[in-house]
Amino acid sequence: MSHLRYSLTSAGEPAVFPPDALKKIDAILALYPTKQAALLPVLWVAQETWGWISREAAEEVARILELSPAHVDGVLTFYTMYHLRPVGRHVLQICTSISCHIGGAGKLLDHCRKRLGIGLEETTPDGKFTLLEVECIAGCDRAPSMQVNDAYHEPMDVAKLDALLDRLSREA
Amino acid sequence: MEPVLTARVGKRDSRSIETYLADGGYAALRKAVTTMTPEQVTEEVKKSGLRGRGGAGFPCGMKWGYIPKDTGGKPIYLLCNADESEPGTFKDRLLMEEDPHQVIEGVAVSAYAIKCQLAYIYIRGEFWDGARILDAAIAEAKAKGFLGKNVMGSGREIEIVVHRGAGAYICGEETGLIESLEGKRGQPRIKPPFPAVYGVFGCPTIVNNVETLACVVHIVNRGAEWFSKIGRNEKNTGPKLYCLSGHVNRPGVYEAPMGLPLKELIFGDAYGQGMKGGKKVKAVIPGGASAAMLTAADIEDCPLDFDGVAAKGSMLGSAAIVVMNEDTDIVDAATNLAKFFAHESCGQCTPCREGVPWLYKVLLRINAGEGREEDIDLLLRISNQMANGMTICVFADAAIAPVLSSIGKFRDEFVARVRAGRAPAAAGVSA
Repeated sequence: MSHLRYSLTSAGEPAVFPPDALKKIDAILALYPTKQAALLPVLWVAQETWGWISREAAEEVARILELSPAHVDGVLTFYTMYHLRPVGRHVLQICTSISCHIGGAGKLLDHCRKRLGIGLEETTPDGKFTLLEVECIAGCDRAPSMQVNDAYHEPMDVAKLDALLDRLSREA
Repeated sequence: MEPVLTARVGKRDSRSIETYLADGGYAALRKAVTTMTPEQVTEEVKKSGLRGRGGAGFPCGMKWGYIPKDTGGKPIYLLCNADESEPGTFKDRLLMEEDPHQVIEGVAVSAYAIKCQLAYIYIRGEFWDGARILDAAIAEAKAKGFLGKNVMGSGREIEIVVHRGAGAYICGEETGLIESLEGKRGQPRIKPPFPAVYGVFGCPTIVNNVETLACVVHIVNRGAEWFSKIGRNEKNTGPKLYCLSGHVNRPGVYEAPMGLPLKELIFGDAYGQGMKGGKKVKAVIPGGASAAMLTAADIEDCPLDFDGVAAKGSMLGSAAIVVMNEDTDIVDAATNLAKFFAHESCGQCTPCREGVPWLYKVLLRINAGEGREEDIDLLLRISNQMANGMTICVFADAAIAPVLSSIGKFRDEFVARVRAGRAPAAAGVSA
């Protein structure tokens, strides 16, 4: 379906966490009895740092947590929220699960496709937008619901979506 | 009913510890750690009849009771399941975003009851706000000495850590959640051993839903008897949050006693206020995507509690009620539900990994008007090969419920779609 998650790609350069990220990782490690348990949170730090998770970043996380790169690979490709390729500045995530589906999510998706000229899991050439489908994000009473990066926008319709995309286009 | 769990929702600054304290917050934690033994808290929860609000409806106190008396020196973990991802469910998001301290207090009181010093709140990755709000609330509670090494001067240690998931429905299944918390793919474990004996990090573990833990606060505050008197009968007790969505006038989270009639939830003035545009009900999903669909006739006399919905051949699940009107295309709805499950199968059991995508493929072609009449029975045959103990967890059982029920109750629509798709005169019917 909708996620940038099928295989790891190389960034073409080594991934070295900046000092503030390393500090966060140390704090995370203190919260768990095993290093492996810190994997999901540390991968979040990696995604915050680079915007996506490259093969090199995955290998660096594996090294820090003393895990095999294969294990980190397996985890990265299981969860949908880790971006395994660079994404646009605004990641549009449209919920298409049942309540949003019967509430008109399909129209939003079609509109995004048309207006942005991209399909699911694609990014506009200017690097502003990535289009994703997301599964039920618990916004069913405000269907159709969507998120842009980490913020909800609901209930949505085509007119509001246009206004949002106008605003985000100007920002970026 | 006076709201209990949602009493503070919508109030000004409902997230802050100051307003929570002003409304009597943290009294349950104080009462528990200063006047009750852990066993007394557990006993109270048992007596209340509280059944898990995450979907399975398992008696909460009984679950706690499965922790071995002697853990051999191993720590006990409490995991708050905040992975809310059953399509149609949005109650835990509300509790966490609007009244985080109630959730924190519920976790703390329950941790005390099961003698856990370190509890994790496993929150789905998409709940960015929820995680930030909970983190802030935990910091406030720590600053007041309500969490930490010496909770309210009792000498007890209780720490709570928010752990974010990263996008996987199956992590809401308790052993999938445990695997995920350990830093692995969230693939459910074979049971037994049950988590209460061998859970996260190989230690005794209790996994409880957000709403379940919020209920514990009020059970400790007001007593088991008060709680057990709310609800339709002694097996279905307490206040319940119902998530109403779909083609109703007023969708939302509604709190009512366990056993609220489904019809009242949809049509009652205090709840859904009827169907949008005065349309008729065609189908209702009473408990999230995993629950069998009900027909308009079924809703006439269906109490919304574990046993009431089960008697209609479906389940209360996470109390996610999705209402579909007479214009809804059932074949299309079933296809949408199958797509969800096809995407979310964790892939470890063959019947599920292979079966769910096939259900989706066959439904897709029927929905597109390209199906054959025998495809309908093919769907039933595939379904019957997937579930009832063929797999490690109940995901496959969940995935087939919408398929079996939509065909079972709306077979005519499937047949009509197949026939229309083949007749050139009926072009344009496909969704």
